[in-house]
Amino acid sequence: MNTLFAAVIPYWGQSLLRVLGGLVAVLLPAGTIVYLFLFKMMSFMQSRLGPMEAGPYGSLQLVAEVGKWLQKEDIQPTNADKPVFKMAPIIVLMSTFLLVVVVPFGPDAWFTDLETGIFYALAVSSISVLGILMAGWSSANKYSLLGGLRAAGQLIAYELPMVLAVMGVVIQAGTMNLQQIVVAQNAGSMFGIDTFGNPYVITQFVGFIVFMIAIQAELTQAPFDMPIAESELVSGYMTEYSGFRFLIFFIGEFATAGVFAMIASTLFLGGWGVPFSWFGWTSMDSVANWMNVVGPLVVFTKMMVLTFLIMWVRFTYPRFREDQLQRFAWKVLIPVSLANIMLTAVLKVVF
Amino acid sequence: MAQVPGFIKGLGITFGTMMRTFKNGANTVQYPHEKEAPPVRARGVIALHQDNCTSCMLCSRSCPDWCIYIEAHKELAPPRREGGKPRQVNLLDRFDIDYALCMYCGICVEVCPFDALFWSPEYEYSEPNITDMLHDKTKLSEWMETVPEAPALEVGADKKKK
Amino acid sequence: MTILNDPVSAKLGNRQQLSYIASQAADARLNVELETEGMTLNIGPQHPATHGTLRIIARLDGEQVVWAEPSCGYMHRGYEKLTEVRTFPQVTSLINRIDWLGSFANEVPFILAAEKLMNVEAPPRAQWIRTILFELSRIANVSLFLGDLGVQLGAITPVFLAFRDREYVLNLIESATGGRFHPNFDRIGGLKDDLPAGWIDETKVVMKKLRNFCDEIETLLFGNEIFQSRTRGIGVIPRDVALQYGLSGANLRASGVDWDLRRDQTIPLAYDKVDFKVWTHPDGDSFARCWVRLQETREATKIVDQLLDGIPSGPVMAKVPKIIKVPEGEAWVSTENPLGEMGYYVVSRGDLGPFRVKIRSASFNNISITPWLLRGVYVPDIITILASLYFILGDIDR
Repeated sequence: MNTLFAAVIPYWGQSLLRVLGGLVAVLLPAGTIVYLFLFKMMSFMQSRLGPMEAGPYGSLQLVAEVGKWLQKEDIQPTNADKPVFKMAPIIVLMSTFLLVVVVPFGPDAWFTDLETGIFYALAVSSISVLGILMAGWSSANKYSLLGGLRAAGQLIAYELPMVLAVMGVVIQAGTMNLQQIVVAQNAGSMFGIDTFGNPYVITQFVGFIVFMIAIQAELTQAPFDMPIAESELVSGYMTEYSGFRFLIFFIGEFATAGVFAMIASTLFLGGWGVPFSWFGWTSMDSVANWMNVVGPLVVFTKMMVLTFLIMWVRFTYPRFREDQLQRFAWKVLIPVSLANIMLTAVLKVVF
Repeated sequence: MAQVPGFIKGLGITFGTMMRTFKNGANTVQYPHEKEAPPVRARGVIALHQDNCTSCMLCSRSCPDWCIYIEAHKELAPPRREGGKPRQVNLLDRFDIDYALCMYCGICVEVCPFDALFWSPEYEYSEPNITDMLHDKTKLSEWMETVPEAPALEVGADKKKK
Repeated sequence: MTILNDPVSAKLGNRQQLSYIASQAADARLNVELETEGMTLNIGPQHPATHGTLRIIARLDGEQVVWAEPSCGYMHRGYEKLTEVRTFPQVTSLINRIDWLGSFANEVPFILAAEKLMNVEAPPRAQWIRTILFELSRIANVSLFLGDLGVQLGAITPVFLAFRDREYVLNLIESATGGRFHPNFDRIGGLKDDLPAGWIDETKVVMKKLRNFCDEIETLLFGNEIFQSRTRGIGVIPRDVALQYGLSGANLRASGVDWDLRRDQTIPLAYDKVDFKVWTHPDGDSFARCWVRLQETREATKIVDQLLDGIPSGPVMAKVPKIIKVPEGEAWVSTENPLGEMGYYVVSRGDLGPFRVKIRSASFNNISITPWLLRGVYVPDIITILASLYFILGDIDR
């Protein structure tokens, strides 16, 4: 596969393109999310306009903010565990980059096409826990420590419902390859009607809800933002970070939101594809080549819709308490997703 | 009838506010580009009508944090009527208000027996240097142009009181 | 069983007992299971939840508070001493900085005390306008609390809605008094000036907006299941304990004590002319305190509406000498301020200024319960409890 590049570009060129593509796939959504949702949507929900001065309608605000953060002094607490302190934000951001690797953007536009793509994605997403725990521990600050411990407990607890929610999709699609999951959704038919394909958001609605709640918690967005909890823990594990390191955490937060939304859209909304029956395609091989260009835009649109949901919830709800969150994960989400798996498995066998 | 859960209604509130902001614009004002007019009574800055001031020092003494500085000297002025005795008048040498100290309580304006001090709603006089917040008598007199008419009173107010 | 024999819970009402037992039982269970080395956490003086410079020293066991102590005084400005070197008219310009969110309400009890000593009474029109402004400052104060509550619990939107609608009230106060935050409008014997034309109609429109804001907050925050689970059963103050610690205002009424100085004492304000309900709640937990404040804001808008309809005409200033000398004597007047009971004990020796002023501010007494209340709660609940107790730093430290 990857016929588009393989014939003409040497291997190092491909690698370079992939790195650039990865940067674009992570940073472009992150910037858009920050501007569109964090700056503008939040402001509009609070009946104000948000940043208006930098660029037209404040569109260059993020650039200005990055410039500001880059100028700031890089402060490290005296008692901090310096190497760990410096490494932590990079690990957090790294997990985002590792995640985007498996997201397919078109029939040939992908970075890697792992057979166990979703398995890999779930595995690397938990690396960020490590970074957060490192940040919390090495800061030599009690608030950071509390934040880091809360984050670790929360992220591990919500990993499980996320995996279980994905399980339903995997059972229904019969594959762990994200590319195949996309094809299965777009080429399939629902109740005999194949106009809309078979986006799993409908058949796996419970799984979708559980997955969205779980990624909300994974991203530490309100109502699950106790690790940061600015009114209790000042800024949680990020308290002692300033300047560029804080910027990495900040970008990492929203980039991860974007990437998780991409994965959710791949799993539940049909990813890069449009229903194949619209253009008379039947399988992966017959998909037109222009889908490689349109596909990323389709993913981007679906990602934006899901991020809107994430952010909307974030700006509306107060946060849970740590024990309530754990209770919610173990007593509600996990049983629900287990039941969902069971039902899916039964139905899969029946039909 | 099943009740809509509270967390769904909450989402409705934020979405509604967003739509209202799209349609009717925000409640905020983009300050340097557009400005809100402060109310007529707003206590922005104190203006000095120099001719009325007799340097009686009442304002300076009644100021709760003593931020008004007055210096004056006595002079003989020509008599009002032909053949009268020359009058003694107080001439103002210095009338400073230190706005870095001022609490904007308005007591000085109130106690002034000769209507020499007025409130003006102007508020844009911040300075990068704190010593520039000390307004001298020429600067205070310049504010006189911005002093508005006192507003009409609400129904039922005692008209006789001046 | 030990909890059921607890001397505090034995004397409680049914609902308070249930929520008190539930919260204590959860804590006791956890204490037995997880015995770890303690950690002392300094919340403040610079901390986002202490809106100002309150410092709370908490000894933690895990995330659970074993012992807590508020340490105040970081913003002490010495108002009681400052008033001794000011004349009576100057004092009001200082003391409206005590509780800076409801400034006008701070002036009223002092002026009433001075009037009591001088044996003058403000004309009826002045009393009505005083009451209206008093309630407006209550609305401005408590509506910000309702928004700030959201921020403390992690919801960002309510505080902006609160700032949006409080702005209308502040505009009203500014157009009437000239001061947005520090009106300094009250004088011994009446008011500085009458209301400007058109103010009454404007106020009625704003009161409608404020009621709408209360509905919005009720849906957005109070109706939210997460908010309820965060506040219900958290920080239960039983009736007896509330009385023992001298709580006042909404904190006391949320514990089921029906006590409101607006209704329960005769002071020369127009409260006896209006018909209003004093809201109480039987639970005494954080939710009850927030809920009582929400209802009080609604009730205040109704009080203002009723008062606006019946302002008597006449002068706003009684006959007082130009230079005010308060005769020798002592007077104590307290009113139901936005935060609770606020009172001034004024001692005069017949001079231009007071000889001694003792200020009883509500927040100082309200936070004195925190060592009792914070024992055994989790770190997130410290914030909930502090937010629901609602203090203002200027009011604690004076």
